[in-house]
Amino acid sequence: MIVELGHFALIMAFVTAMVQTILPMWGAVARDPGLAGMARYSAFVTFALVLLAFVSLTLAYIGSDFSVANVVMNSHSTKPLMYKISGVWSNHEGSMLLWVLILTVFAALVAVRGGGMPERLLASVLSVQGAIAAAFLLFVILTSNPFLRLSDPPAEGQGLNPILEDPGLAIHPPMLYLGYVGFSVAFSFAVGALIHGRIDAVWARFVRPWTLVAWIFLTLGIAMGSYWAYYELGWGGWWFWDPVENASLMPWLLGTALLHSTVVMEKRDALKVWTILLSILTFSFSLLGTFLVRSGVITSVHSFASDPTRGIFILCILMLFIGGGLVLFAWRAPMLRQGGLFAPVSREGALVVNNLFLATSAVAVLVGTLYPLALEMLNGNKISVGAPYFNMTAVPLFIALLLFVPFGQSLAWKRGDLLGVGQRLLVAFGIAIAAMIGTFAVTRGGPVAAPLGLGLGVWLIMGSATDIFNRCYRKGISFGIAFDRAVGLPRSAWGTALAHAGMGITVIGISATVWGVETLGVIRKSEPLSVGPYTVTLEQAFKRSGQGFREDVARFTVSEGGALRGAVETSKRIHLGREMPTTEAGIVTYGLGQLYASVNEIMPDGRVSIRFYWKPLVTLIWGGALVMGIGGALSLSDRRARIAVSVKNRKSVLTKSGARV
Amino acid sequence: MAMTRKQKRLSLIAAAGAVLAVAAGLILFALSDKIVFFYTPGDIEKQGITAGTRVRIGGIVENGSVKRDEALNVEFRVTDTEKSLTVRYKGILPDLFREGQGVVAEGVYAGAQGVNADTVLAKHDENYMPKDVADALKKKGVWKGEAGQ
Repeated sequence: MIVELGHFALIMAFVTAMVQTILPMWGAVARDPGLAGMARYSAFVTFALVLLAFVSLTLAYIGSDFSVANVVMNSHSTKPLMYKISGVWSNHEGSMLLWVLILTVFAALVAVRGGGMPERLLASVLSVQGAIAAAFLLFVILTSNPFLRLSDPPAEGQGLNPILEDPGLAIHPPMLYLGYVGFSVAFSFAVGALIHGRIDAVWARFVRPWTLVAWIFLTLGIAMGSYWAYYELGWGGWWFWDPVENASLMPWLLGTALLHSTVVMEKRDALKVWTILLSILTFSFSLLGTFLVRSGVITSVHSFASDPTRGIFILCILMLFIGGGLVLFAWRAPMLRQGGLFAPVSREGALVVNNLFLATSAVAVLVGTLYPLALEMLNGNKISVGAPYFNMTAVPLFIALLLFVPFGQSLAWKRGDLLGVGQRLLVAFGIAIAAMIGTFAVTRGGPVAAPLGLGLGVWLIMGSATDIFNRCYRKGISFGIAFDRAVGLPRSAWGTALAHAGMGITVIGISATVWGVETLGVIRKSEPLSVGPYTVTLEQAFKRSGQGFREDVARFTVSEGGALRGAVETSKRIHLGREMPTTEAGIVTYGLGQLYASVNEIMPDGRVSIRFYWKPLVTLIWGGALVMGIGGALSLSDRRARIAVSVKNRKSVLTKSGARV
Repeated sequence: MAMTRKQKRLSLIAAAGAVLAVAAGLILFALSDKIVFFYTPGDIEKQGITAGTRVRIGGIVENGSVKRDEALNVEFRVTDTEKSLTVRYKGILPDLFREGQGVVAEGVYAGAQGVNADTVLAKHDENYMPKDVADALKKKGVWKGEAGQ
């Protein structure tokens, strides 16, 4: 019964989403406040209906209702509750429903927070959101319906793919989708602005928080996915330049660019047309990512099913929204009032450099991701574009950008003083160089790339520190005043500094991977093996069974210079029901590095064939992303003050606190 | 040093042009130099691939061909049911690497000695066959559909 209710709610949601698309837009164009006012209510109703559908499906999973095909395929009555719930989005149908749910959540939030927005803008934004929701609801209903019943229900479900049976499944997809789908708001705002032919700093102030929310979730979602792949797949790698990873990286790159260009628009009323285009492109990349992952054109852990009608359907949605958005842009953008121009050496000039590098590196990733598909379609040649391609294209562009970042951060708006900035950054630069040379000296004979990358990371962190320091401290003021100023700095200043420093931390973590040590061996009981600074000894190899699996476990003790440091276990697991083997990596964290064990085979005579890695500083890769996310959240918390305080008052408030606007 | 409007616009365009040109150059160079083609064992012979080329080789792991030694060196033959080729690899094979199953190996083609692989990929789960392998086998008419679906 609940399943039918959910199914019905899903279909009704499509109807209300169509209402949400048509009536408000009509009202906005015909200047009919009554129709335009429908936008908010229809957004709430659509959200409520999709939520009802989602909850119904979740209840079917919790209750192990095996008359529902989707539950049979992806759940099992003995699964713990967490995996029953996260099982909902472990498959194509359920995850598309989650996608639509998050889309309608954003529309409803825009409706809630849109009180201060011009009525017509709000109406058209929600209308575009409604159109996207309607398209994807139709997709779910027609090609990926999770509510289909079986006429002959089995007694037991098939269970979850063992790789997905992990806490990561509960967090990674919702976070990533919050990021992907969050950019739809910027898209809808861009389309709304194009339809009305009006765009100004106020528009940017409305869009920026939404972009920031999406960016925070996408950053954390990507980092989470990377860590999950790192510990679950047992290969010890954290990024594989897999098309599916690229599909999430591209919107991140453009979304980061968008985040910076909206600042320019908000503060200086410039870069307007570019920001509109970027808003359209960022969400287009999100849609492209959804297409790549969901259509089955590429195979990976993420492609659950490859039904060609689905691919074609998503491709049509893709063309409708990307094509429609770009056509609208080409037609209406020339009518927008151009933003002002500005001096090249200024904060806004630096942000243009940021946008240039981010956009071109996104293009480099795009080419590398789509080229194999295009080539195969053209002449049937199968190629693989892997790390060597991306290391030569996107990576150098990104490094060039990062070298610039501290300069941009310290430049003043309007007219920057490059010489002055250079002087202020001299200490930061000195520390970065010292870190680089020091590391180089200590690791003499080792790889050169690591100290260089480490220096770059330190440069970013010190650049942020310099910026904060200069905002708080002038010659002759006391420490107390400087401290008061630091506390009084706008949170967005701290947010920027943290986000950039977080990037620096990630860069250090990535650079340190070069120092990683890999040791392979076949060892007997009590036989030692040396892995970087550690010595591991096989303590025991044994069999064990757990809930839904049996496993061959190898247990090692870890010692460093004769002193015992701990133990690590890794196992080969056979999941009952699916009879599918997985390797459970054993990871222990020492300081900022990790010792990573991955068993290959436990032989009948008790010997163990094993792979160990010592990965110094590896946790910084994800730690840095976390710091970036915290920086974003700090910036976001600054928003209320910015919107509430009028422009005139804001200036005086900020001058008092000694900050540059 | 106030710049005129025209100078400002020109400097913007020049900067954009420079970055785009560098990016385009990098992309074109990387596409001509850093990509790896996929072959079946039959293709290698037919297309006269020279030793020293980096290749991706795909097919089925020939039954009874897997040889391992104490030092984790593995040797196996990859077949497309007509021709087969030896692949050597040092390290740990994926969980789902099996004789009679699909596999993709990437490495340097060494002529008569086969391929010295540095990466070996097998399917991700029991239903999955590497797409390249499935397509190649379909072409040869020996593909029996997705087993287990």
